[in-house]
Amino acid sequence: MLQVEGVMKSFDGFMAVNGANLTVGKGEIVAVIGPNGAGKTTLFNLITGTLRRDRGRIVFKGEDISELPPYEICKRGISRSYQIVNIFPRLTVFGNVQVAVLSHQRKSSNLFRPAQNIAVEETRRILESVGLLNKEKSIAGSLSHGDQKILEIAIALGNEPELLILDEPTAGMSPEETSATMELVRRLAKTRGLTILFCEHDMDIVFSVAQSIMVMRYGQTIIQASPEEVRNNKEVQEAYLGGE
Amino acid sequence: MFERMIRSNWFVPITVILIILFLLPIAAPRFYVYILALIYVTALLAMSLNMVVGHGGMFQFHHAVFYGVGAYTVALMLTKTKLPLWVGFIAGPLVAAITGLIIGWFCVRLTRLYFGMLQISLGSLIWAIVFRWYSFTGGDDGIHGVSMPSFLSSLNHSYYFILVVFLICLVLMYMIFRSPFGSTLQAIRDNAQRCEAVGINVRLYQLGGIVVATFFAGVAGVLFVVLERSVFAEMLFWVLSLEIFIMCLLGGWFTFAGPILGAAMIVALRTFVGKYTEYWTLILGVILILVIFFLPEGVMGFFQDLLKPASKELSERGR
Repeated sequence: MLQVEGVMKSFDGFMAVNGANLTVGKGEIVAVIGPNGAGKTTLFNLITGTLRRDRGRIVFKGEDISELPPYEICKRGISRSYQIVNIFPRLTVFGNVQVAVLSHQRKSSNLFRPAQNIAVEETRRILESVGLLNKEKSIAGSLSHGDQKILEIAIALGNEPELLILDEPTAGMSPEETSATMELVRRLAKTRGLTILFCEHDMDIVFSVAQSIMVMRYGQTIIQASPEEVRNNKEVQEAYLGGE
Repeated sequence: MFERMIRSNWFVPITVILIILFLLPIAAPRFYVYILALIYVTALLAMSLNMVVGHGGMFQFHHAVFYGVGAYTVALMLTKTKLPLWVGFIAGPLVAAITGLIIGWFCVRLTRLYFGMLQISLGSLIWAIVFRWYSFTGGDDGIHGVSMPSFLSSLNHSYYFILVVFLICLVLMYMIFRSPFGSTLQAIRDNAQRCEAVGINVRLYQLGGIVVATFFAGVAGVLFVVLERSVFAEMLFWVLSLEIFIMCLLGGWFTFAGPILGAAMIVALRTFVGKYTEYWTLILGVILILVIFFLPEGVMGFFQDLLKPASKELSERGR
C-alpha cells in the first residue's frame, strides 16, 4: 500500500533522513524504531507532506505522493497523529473531531447550515469508539494529557483513513494508559480494517503489536523484517538493542 | 429551531433591546439617533474584522481599507454615473470583496506577523491611491453631498435602513459563525498545521474568510455613505484600522457579539468624553489596560463566562 524508496531529507546540511526504505502492506501493523534522532518523525513528516523530501520516492496505492501538499495526501487516505499533542485547544472535544469529519465529507465550505446538526452521528461514533464520548462537550485544551493523546487519534480517524500513522501514540502516558492505548490501536486496526504505521520507544509494545518492524539509525534504514528476524539480526543488536 | 430560540435565555433581552431600538427615533433627540446609527455602522465593520482576526486568527491589520473601498465605490457611482441606487449598494460590498480577494491572495501566502505586515502595506497602497488621485476620488477633500433618494432622505429613515441592514448582516454573520465554514475557520485559528493534516486547504479557507469579511466591511462602507452622505480618505487610513482592532479586543476576540460592545464603547467614549477633552484616548488607554489585565477574554467574553453554567444546562436540555 505504501512504499518509501530511498528517501532523503537534509536540514542545513544535516542529513535527517538519509536513505529510508519502508514497505507497508494493506492491513498490516508496521512499527518504525530507532534511537532518538534517528529520523522517525522526519520520515513521518515526509510521508504526510508536512516536509518535502529532497530525493527518493513515496508511493501510496500506486501513486507518487512525494510532491503533494498535506491536505491532498490526507484526502488520498493517510491520516496521522502527532508525538507532541497537536489538537484544537479552544474547540470542544466534539468540535475537534467534527472538523476532520466535515473535511472528509467535503462539507467544510458550507456557509449557512448550523454545524451542530451536521456529521453528528459520525463524530459521536468515533468518540464512542475511543471512549471520549462522555467528554464531548469539554474544551479540548482542558483535558488530561492522556485524553488529549487519545483525541489526537480520534481526530485522525475523522478522515476515515486507510493508513493511520501514529507518531509515538503513548508518549508521556502512564503504564496503564499506555497498555489501554495500544489495546485501542489494535482494536481499531481490527474493526476498521486499518493499516497502521507507528513509532514507539517501548520495545515490549513494539514487539507485541507490530507485524513488521523497520529499524532506523542515523536516518538510514538498517532492516525491515518480522519481529523475530529483527530480534535476531546481528546489526540491529549491535546498533540498537545493545547487543545483549 | 424557532422553539429553541424562544427558550434560549438570550431571547427576552434581545427582543426587548430590538423593540427599544426600533421605537427610539420617535422619542430620542436627533443627535442620539445619529450616534446610534454610527454605532451600528462601526459595529458591523468591527464584526467583519473579528471574522478574520478573532475567528480566523489572521492578522488583518488594515481592515478599514475595505470599508473605505465599499464607501468610495458607492459614492463614486452615485455622483459620477447615472446608475440606479441599488446597483451602487450592491457594487460597494462586491468591489470591497474583490479588493479583499486580491490583497488576501498575496497575504495568505505568509503567516502571522508577516501576513500582517504585507496586509498593512498593500492596504496603505490603496489609501495612497485614494489620497493622491484628486481628479477621481477628490483626494483629501473626499466626496461630499452624495444625494440619496427620498426614502432615505430624513435621518430617521436612514436610521431604520441602517438598523435593518445591520440586523440582516448580523443574522448572516451568525449563521456563518456557526456553519461548518465558520468552525473550520476557527479550527484553522487554533491549529493551522493540524487542519492541513485533516485535509483542509488552509490558504483557500483563509482567503474565503477574508473575502466574506471584506464583503461585510463593504456593506458597512455603504451604510456609512447612507448616514453621512460623504466619504473621505481617513476611512482608509490605518488609524481607523487600529481603532476597530481595539474594538474587537475590548469586546472579546472569541465571542460573536463582542465587537458590537467594543464599537459602542469607543464611539460613545469619543462622542461624550471627546466633548470635554481632546485627550479622550487617554481614558481609552486606561480602560484598555484594565481590560487586558482583568478581562483577557474581553468584556463580552467575561459576561459569557458568567452566564455559562446557566446556558450550558439549557443547551443540554435542548439536545
